[in-house]
Amino acid sequence: MSALVPNELLRVESLAKTFTLHLHDGALLSVVHGVSFSVMAGECVVLGGPSGVGKSSILKMVSGNYLAREGRILVADGERVVDVARAAPREILDLRRRVVGSVSQFLRVIPRVAALDIVAAAAQEAGLDREGSRARAAALLARLRLPEALWRLPPATFSGGEQQRVNVARGFAGAHRLLVLDEPTASLDADNREAVIELIAERKAEGAGFLAIFHDEDVRARVADRIVDVSRFSDREAA
Amino acid sequence: MTAPLLSVRGLCKRYGAIDACRDISFALEEGEALAIVGESGSGKTTLLNLVAGALQADSGEVVYRMRDGAARALSSLSEAERRALMRTDWGFVHQDASRGLRMNVSAGGNIGERLMAIGDRHYGRIRAAALDWLARVEIAAQRVDDPPSTYSGGMRQRLQIARNLVTGPRLVFMDEPTGGLDVSVQARLLDLLRGLIADMGLAAIIVTHDLAVARLLSHRMLVMKQGEVIESGLTDRVLDDPQAPYTQLLVSSVLAA
Amino acid sequence: MTARPYNFAYLDEQTKRMIRRAILKAIAIPGYQVPFASREMPMPYGWGTGGVQVTAAIIGPDDVLKVIDQGADDTTNAVSIRAFFAKTADVATTTDTTQATIIQTRHRVPETPLSGEQILVYQVPIPEPLRFLEPRETETRTMHALAEYGVMHVKLYEDIARHGHIATTYAYPARVADRYIMDPSPIPKFDNPKLDDCPALQLFGAGREKRIYAIPPFTRVVSLDFEDHPFERTKFDAACEFCGATDSFLDEVVIDDRGGRMFVCSDTDYCEKRRAAKTKDVAQ
Repeated sequence: MSALVPNELLRVESLAKTFTLHLHDGALLSVVHGVSFSVMAGECVVLGGPSGVGKSSILKMVSGNYLAREGRILVADGERVVDVARAAPREILDLRRRVVGSVSQFLRVIPRVAALDIVAAAAQEAGLDREGSRARAAALLARLRLPEALWRLPPATFSGGEQQRVNVARGFAGAHRLLVLDEPTASLDADNREAVIELIAERKAEGAGFLAIFHDEDVRARVADRIVDVSRFSDREAA
Repeated sequence: MTAPLLSVRGLCKRYGAIDACRDISFALEEGEALAIVGESGSGKTTLLNLVAGALQADSGEVVYRMRDGAARALSSLSEAERRALMRTDWGFVHQDASRGLRMNVSAGGNIGERLMAIGDRHYGRIRAAALDWLARVEIAAQRVDDPPSTYSGGMRQRLQIARNLVTGPRLVFMDEPTGGLDVSVQARLLDLLRGLIADMGLAAIIVTHDLAVARLLSHRMLVMKQGEVIESGLTDRVLDDPQAPYTQLLVSSVLAA
Repeated sequence: MTARPYNFAYLDEQTKRMIRRAILKAIAIPGYQVPFASREMPMPYGWGTGGVQVTAAIIGPDDVLKVIDQGADDTTNAVSIRAFFAKTADVATTTDTTQATIIQTRHRVPETPLSGEQILVYQVPIPEPLRFLEPRETETRTMHALAEYGVMHVKLYEDIARHGHIATTYAYPARVADRYIMDPSPIPKFDNPKLDDCPALQLFGAGREKRIYAIPPFTRVVSLDFEDHPFERTKFDAACEFCGATDSFLDEVVIDDRGGRMFVCSDTDYCEKRRAAKTKDVAQ
């Protein structure tokens, strides 16, 4: 396993993704190939390109949600380097708990679980004790300006923006060094977007690295240190 | 990394000409929840029963890491050891709660039985433990002396869970734990299971035909078809990026509310 | 002398051997229920066929037999069985506990302590103490084999939960020689302590259920209980109306239709002896 350079949190090498649609006679849907880039500590790399080009697929491969067809996804874990493309499920789960956090575009809602508990659980998974997790969760939800009255309620009845703020808080609850964000601010208004931008900036200053997709040009401008244009690697025609 | 909690190798079971389970192998870590999904006739329940030792396999072995750290093949355990294991370190939650409960014994007696079986002889403490568990599974304390024959389906299932977990097992088998229950009752039960699995660091093997249950409860998933594992991996990966044709069919067939 | 139409003690010799083998096995494994080929007897099931078969297998011409039913020598059951052995074995019979070598009993242990020269034969309806909670014979056999007795305490737990105390007052389960749990037959729990460390051999016969079990002399027999609900011997608030005994099991007898009642010793022989002794004292 080749070593990453110091402060290199993520290196993607020649990554490729193809879907085989067995329900459509095994039609092959090639998404991307030859994708290579790095994310260093303290920087936010934004994947750019038009809709449908494969940005989300790359993010999902990095967090182990999608299988890579080819290539390597090297993640720094302390002294070790893990290739997510080849790692066992157990390893990927472990990485997700401690090293690679993610924020999806929408909150996947589970009935009955209160907003505070969702965020606190993520903190606990990352290693905080019960007390500390709840405190951290409260702090994050406050930062993201979610009304305290909502903290004890399950998010099923929240607005899209409220749900997404819970989602963001959950993603930031741990101490992950690498955070993967898929349009985290799409459903947020200006003030709430600002809160997220601040959170990202703080974490960057602490040494975390970000791999993200932002459609909003303003947010992108504020947050991105580099933009990787995925159209270079894409097999898809722009949607 | 430590050895897996449970190691299944080459498990086979035939019924005449039908291969109910064909050369199944997988490992389970401590604190890991594994879902086994498939449609009727896929062999998932047979596999569960083989692993739990309720059925005799034709070939293959199941190795379990006991509390003292020794890895023991299930087939090498005496009947006494296996039954003791089922009562203490393992749990089995049946789809039909009446199979896993004494229907005419009070809830307190049902929960306390395992404690009495391992030698607890203090009525007060046994009753306190029973009340504690009733609270944890959200059954009202005043129902402690009622038998489960007076309970609703969801309550019976929660009582079954309490009865199994009172001895702090490390591995729990579940066979369609939410099968046949109303949707709202299911949601409550699933939430309870999710919380208990997390709080108690339980390893679990959950057979279900419901992909939503698998997504909610499990870290990893096996997809079975006609006695074989046709796909396995992280639950979210298998559900979001299914590779095998049958898995793609399963995933695309589920209706969203 | 008329020719006896029956073999000695009714059963043929082969059957007696079979029963004796079962008895020996039972003595070798205290408290374990040994299956035996229960024979058709000239009284129906439920009338002591098990006890009768055990007695028939062990009785000899020199034995002296006492038969009691709920402590009394003069009730139907006791009278019939005594007559049965008198007819088929021509043995001496008695009502005096101290004179008997074999005592067959239904549902009571004599008050008078027994000696090592005596054998107590119990009539047992349901030998399996786990039956009420576990109807499957296959399962109860496995539970005994593996000493899986948690469910016995579940029964006691249920009692306490329902009544505030262990409400079982007869057929109270006990552990024999720290191994098998047995049902001592429907004797009152008052009698359970007598089973422990008894100099006499105790044999148990269930005819309908086809089981024999035994407690060898001087065997430890412990009644089940909880640490915080220990086994308690029944205490009576009254003394025997006839003999004044305060240490025997009393029957409650209704004497009129206005709720009048009195308590008398259930063990008739014990009571009579005490009365006789009192009269002697008074006379002297």
